[in-house]
Amino acid sequence: MAASPMHFNIHGVRAIYRFEMARWFRTLLSSIASPVISTSLYFVVFGAAIGSRMGDIGGVPYGAFIIPGLVMLTLLTESISNAAFGIFMPKWSGTIYEVLSAPVSTAEIVIGYVGAAATKSVLLGCLILATARVFVPYGIEHPLWMLAFLVLTAVSFSLFGFIIGIWAESWEKLQIVPLMIVTPLAFLGGSFYSIEMLPGIWREIALFNPVVYLISGFRWSFYGVSDVGVGMSLAMIGIFLALCLGGITWIFRSGYKIKR
Amino acid sequence: MSHILSIQQLGKTYASGFEALKNVDLDIRRGEIFALLGPNGAGKTTLISIVCGIVNASAGRVLADGHDIAREFRAAREKIGLVPQELLTDAFESVWATVSFSRGLFGKPRDDAHIEKVLRELSLWDKRHEKIMALSGGMKRRVMIAKALSHEPKILFLDEPTAGVDVELRRDMWAMVRRLRDDGVTIILTTHYIEEAEEMADRIGVIHKGELILVEEKAALMAKLGRKQLTLHLQQPLNEVPQGLNGYTLELADDGHALVYTFDTQTEQTGIGALLRRLNELGVDFKSLQSSESSLEDIFVNLVRSRS
Ligand SMILES: Nc1ncnc2c1ncn2[C@@H]1O[C@H](COP(=O)(O)OP(=O)(O)O)[C@@H](O)[C@H]1O
Ligand SMILES: [Mg+2]
Repeated sequence: MAASPMHFNIHGVRAIYRFEMARWFRTLLSSIASPVISTSLYFVVFGAAIGSRMGDIGGVPYGAFIIPGLVMLTLLTESISNAAFGIFMPKWSGTIYEVLSAPVSTAEIVIGYVGAAATKSVLLGCLILATARVFVPYGIEHPLWMLAFLVLTAVSFSLFGFIIGIWAESWEKLQIVPLMIVTPLAFLGGSFYSIEMLPGIWREIALFNPVVYLISGFRWSFYGVSDVGVGMSLAMIGIFLALCLGGITWIFRSGYKIKR
Repeated sequence: MSHILSIQQLGKTYASGFEALKNVDLDIRRGEIFALLGPNGAGKTTLISIVCGIVNASAGRVLADGHDIAREFRAAREKIGLVPQELLTDAFESVWATVSFSRGLFGKPRDDAHIEKVLRELSLWDKRHEKIMALSGGMKRRVMIAKALSHEPKILFLDEPTAGVDVELRRDMWAMVRRLRDDGVTIILTTHYIEEAEEMADRIGVIHKGELILVEEKAALMAKLGRKQLTLHLQQPLNEVPQGLNGYTLELADDGHALVYTFDTQTEQTGIGALLRRLNELGVDFKSLQSSESSLEDIFVNLVRSRS
């Protein structure tokens, strides 16, 4: 009996996805509890303690103002580290041989790994939003847009992390991009302040930071106020997503650092 | 009959510039056990890795059950199972989870009954809930075999399956290989032990420095390769092989001081006993005797020399 030819290896994608999710749940404490705890600390320090001395920004109380930025901060770092680690690990241990020898296409491999990393990030984002509600009262003006920003950012940065995981051939390299580039950009991306508050030239410079657009757009979905236009924010995410997809396509086409 | 695997003019040059495979042509028959025999560094793993999709070929093409491994990679790869040379396993997964993962990865729907059968055959059933890192090396190798069999492949690659493996696993593995063959699975194994090829294979291919220098039925190859020589150092030199010794493959050596008997290790009767009795009857005395076997090294050297 001849089986019908496979067009999309759904079982393969599911296997990778489940494997990655299981890895996450196995280390529940560090993978879920630690981002939630550290974000909660931000709320206690910046939201409750310092925030009470701060005025409103664009009509939003400071404690509520920092929520979207903090969620984005976690989303960026967790998406990158999760996806990077997910593909780096089998590469490093050698178990990648199995994925390479399986009837799974590039797209399916990416959907499995990146899908799982993005799922984790979105779940974490929601968890942090729920935690924030304990400390600060806030509302969400455009919930669907909020979700769209959340998912798009999680997917884009998981793709980016996946690329880092493939590019890195050592643990140092795995850490260096998130640590040296992403974290500074994220911190300077307006999590804790509005770009409007920066003096003159710094405001212009800040506009070169892609994270500014993410946080601004995300914050708009909460409070209807933003530093830059929402369309601009979406366009930036779109461009980043396209770049990452292009990068991954190139990597697999050329076999770069995966196949010998 | 179409071949289950057809390797055509396959070449591989690594990024370092090293040419690991040179123009390899090889057809594997459906249902056979094929041994790829060659010393370390000959290119066995490279060849297998290309067929399985882990290494990109530099030249040539490969058809698995008629499917081009590059253009029709899905159809080709779902038929292939691989047990790599090195122990490469996850650490934190359970045995059951990792074997089920492999089945899914190869596009097969969940089938607990099949996974159970595979685990039982490999004596892993009792360990199914254990984490892989808690297992011994031998058990980990069994897990890797189970993973390779999880999706019911038609072609199974075993890369140096018995290197560093204990006697029990070796025995189990050969029993499993025979059972798989009875079920119609084609098995291709690599080894650098001639005895192993001899024990298991229907056909043997010899690979040396990236070139496939010979492919033959085991029986024919063993007759050719598996020769031993018995050298008798004589008390008195001889001018010629005595008349009464016709029928024995004898040669004089060392200016008639030594008589060399070449015999086939494959036959039941080596004829040594009869030869010695005959020499005694003829009054040919010898000081000492010594036997030598052509080593794999000699065989390669001879093969390479005979080709050039
Ligand atoms: N990634 C690589 N880059 C360069 N040379 C390699 C690589 N992998 C293997 N080789 C070389 O190719 C040759 C064949 O290796 P391999 O196929 O592993 O041989 P075998 O399995 O027969 O021992 C060896 O000389 C090895 O050093
Ligand atoms: Mg090898």
